[in-house]
Amino acid sequence: MQAIKLTDALIEERKNSITVKGSVEAKQKQSLTCDAESVAGCVSQRACVYCGARVVLNPVTDAIHLVHGPIGCSSYTWDIRGSLSSAADLYRNSFCTDLKEHDIIFGGEKKLAFAIDELVRKYDSRLVFVYSTCVVGVIGDDLEAVCKAAAEKHNIEVIPVQSSGFIGNKSAGYRAACDSLLRLIEPNSGDVKDIVKIPDSINYLGDFNLAGEVWIIKSYLEQIGVKVNVAFTGDSHCDALKKAPAAALNIVQCAGSMRYLAQKMEEIYDIPCLNISFIGLQDTADSLRKIADWFSNEAMLKRAEKLIEKKTAEVKPLLRNYRKKLEGKKAAIFVGGGFKAVSLIKQFKEIGIDVVMVGTQTGSQEEYETINDLADEGTVILDDANPSELEKFMTEKGADLLVGGVKERPLAYKLGMAFIDHNHDRKHPLSGFVGAVNFAKEVYSTVCSPVWKYAKD
Amino acid sequence: MLDSTPKEIIERKGGMINPAKTCQPIGAMYAALGIHKCLPHSHGSQGCCSYHRMHLTRHFRDPVMASTSSFTEGASVFGGVANLKTAIKNVFSIYNPDVMAVHTTCLSETIGDDIPKIIKTSEVPEGKLVIHTNTPSYQGSHITGFSNMTKSMVSYLCEVTKEVKEERVNLIPGFINPSDMREIKRLTKLMGIDFIMFPDTSGVLDTPMTGEFIMYPAGGTKIEDIREAGNSKVTLALGSYASSDAANTLERKCKVPAFTMKTPIGIKATDELIMMLRQKFTQEVPYELEEERGQLVDIMTDNHFQFHGKKVAVFGDPDIVVAMTEFLLDLGMLPVHVLTGTPGMTIGVSVGNFEAEIKAMLDEAGVKGRVKAAGDLFELHQWIKNEPVDLLIGNTYGKYIARAEDLPFVRVGFPVLDRSVHSYFPIVGYKGAMRLLEMITNALLERQDRDASDEDFELVM
Ligand code: SF4
Ligand code: SF4
Repeated sequence: MQAIKLTDALIEERKNSITVKGSVEAKQKQSLTCDAESVAGCVSQRACVYCGARVVLNPVTDAIHLVHGPIGCSSYTWDIRGSLSSAADLYRNSFCTDLKEHDIIFGGEKKLAFAIDELVRKYDSRLVFVYSTCVVGVIGDDLEAVCKAAAEKHNIEVIPVQSSGFIGNKSAGYRAACDSLLRLIEPNSGDVKDIVKIPDSINYLGDFNLAGEVWIIKSYLEQIGVKVNVAFTGDSHCDALKKAPAAALNIVQCAGSMRYLAQKMEEIYDIPCLNISFIGLQDTADSLRKIADWFSNEAMLKRAEKLIEKKTAEVKPLLRNYRKKLEGKKAAIFVGGGFKAVSLIKQFKEIGIDVVMVGTQTGSQEEYETINDLADEGTVILDDANPSELEKFMTEKGADLLVGGVKERPLAYKLGMAFIDHNHDRKHPLSGFVGAVNFAKEVYSTVCSPVWKYAKD
Repeated sequence: MLDSTPKEIIERKGGMINPAKTCQPIGAMYAALGIHKCLPHSHGSQGCCSYHRMHLTRHFRDPVMASTSSFTEGASVFGGVANLKTAIKNVFSIYNPDVMAVHTTCLSETIGDDIPKIIKTSEVPEGKLVIHTNTPSYQGSHITGFSNMTKSMVSYLCEVTKEVKEERVNLIPGFINPSDMREIKRLTKLMGIDFIMFPDTSGVLDTPMTGEFIMYPAGGTKIEDIREAGNSKVTLALGSYASSDAANTLERKCKVPAFTMKTPIGIKATDELIMMLRQKFTQEVPYELEEERGQLVDIMTDNHFQFHGKKVAVFGDPDIVVAMTEFLLDLGMLPVHVLTGTPGMTIGVSVGNFEAEIKAMLDEAGVKGRVKAAGDLFELHQWIKNEPVDLLIGNTYGKYIARAEDLPFVRVGFPVLDRSVHSYFPIVGYKGAMRLLEMITNALLERQDRDASDEDFELVM
């Protein structure tokens, strides 16, 4: 494998955010710098706090999602999440207070109150999320007070989301979203101790129902005898969410966004939590076992084994076929969260692909350690990368494929490299057994496309 | 989708529902990409920059590069001076552009960073340039941002260095696709006239596949050409909202007479552009162009009955919508709802008045219609509910209305996020008009096919 010297890293300040597994430098270094502020002047691929909050909350389908700020923040986030709904579609609108110069000088509270009044009158909704953006954070509107007054006036839930963009990165936004969800599920009256737990029930946290993924996982869980109390937040709605405290267990898919909420629910409602992953064959099977195990329910365990056996038998031959075509290809990963990266490494192994580069926007120390454990020697591991770094490492490591989001797609294509969207723009579910096949199929159809013949000429 | 939009129209004062515009910086970013070897820089938090790049990427399906000052809590309290200085240093040492084009965001505007002063006190390497523009998004729209950045190109770069003006036209194309810029250049070349177009994103956002990632593609207007624009004989600003500010600034600064015209969409606006070029440069219109125009008229004749009397709703960016409305009227169609999200007049400068301009056109054609600037798509949807139309024309966001009201829909403008290849084919000029006709006709015919009962279903249409 080609050696990469870290001294070749493009920016001095970024040296500690990049490592190569097994290299001399990596051994000398303590650990990878992550969760640090990006360097000013970089072409960063990162998003903001508001973005983090918005992606977590947006799948609440019957809520009015009102962005308190200038127009751009709301127009860029208008229905870009790709979360499907089985009923309400209010969440697919773009509501914004559209702050103007006058509001910036004199404050936007009045306009916000107006906006809530008007929206509540127009739409039949019992829940309003009000997101604060950078400007609102600076001019200091009292979101809390306006929301409280509106809630009393209309007798509905009006919940502020403290998501001013500059207070951190996307993870701070996840936390802001979780805080808002905590407020929503708090019982209005009565004692936490009075909540009657539903036996064999779980909340499924951290799946946003992209391409209908929540529906797939729900069906597995139901087949093994687990009652899905609420899914957070994919295809959820106000009434369902309020029932969350009654679950016996929380399982967490996207840990980056929802681990905090799970911890809080453990503290407040005494609901234990399990980290699971339904990405890839192995993870899906392990997770189902883990859940059945937790309930220590023999019958459930048996049903889980049966389901795993049946589904695996269905998909194995398909995967084997793809593996034959893909064996030995090299993949680069650059995704939002560390947890996803971990699942992806395992999934690539399942179809015979070597991972040569792994990066994330918001991975944590712990996640990077797991990544490091899983990765082969020589794999480049990096946090908060910019396009030049991605290009450099992908080319040097000879990657055939990149997994990333919107902004990475054209970059990969320009390099004549195959690409998979593992973000909001994907159209096929990548969860569960069926997801594992979809994934392999997608990898196959991009890596083995005849178009590269022309691209590489 | 959006089935819940109520029909009853009540006055609103609490903001926008489903905006028909977006914010200034993305326009500034797009304009800056039209300078060769320029890196746009967003002075603010990371989020804004990331959204702007993402949105442009989705529309053009090409990499969009821009750096950010990466504001954090500290910067938002104490100002972004240090961030911008570091950014300037880093941008040149890492990405090495010839020019860095800084635009502000709402945040840096609100805290009031003095950008020119920061630039002056920053270390800019020999031979490199930093230009800037202010783009607060609580004013105007992405079109205002485009206009502001284009104007800054003039104020930073254009110079008079020659005593006699050159026989050459400056073309300021406005916020249109690279393909449209190519087409305007082709028309001017066919006329045999020397030109400078700026900004020019052709060759930047429609680059060929080479197997390499090129940070600064071959396209874009060269700095020396923008400088030289001060020595040209005339400037044509195509589209008053996106282009006239720059042209007028150039007139004041370098005494280059400015003429504001429509974006050349449709037959009349294209004729006007050609006639203007002919008149200013006493050039004959070549047969090739006459042939194209003749083909266009032929197509209009072949299909005129299709269009006549059909009601249309059209929305989008003001320069596009104004020209589009004129073309629709020429086709005998009835643009009964016309809306833009951009405010009617740009703050500080009076550059035409959207509502008055459209109203005048409708009145002259005897069409009764609703017109609004600074409107949103919720309102447009309400209008359509009150007076249904046969066709909707606008950017991708119109698809919600099209679905809710079951309307044929033609995607034109920015952004188009759900279709591809659109940025490779022009809608300006005679050829562009032909393409628009193809899209409109096919949308209507497809609809007819879909709705036809078995006994009305026909092979030849
Ligand atoms: S803060 Fe302003 S500049 Fe940034 S995305 Fe929002 S509207 Fe645009
Ligand atoms: S203004 Fe702030 S909240 Fe809005 S997009 Fe920019 S960084 Fe995010």
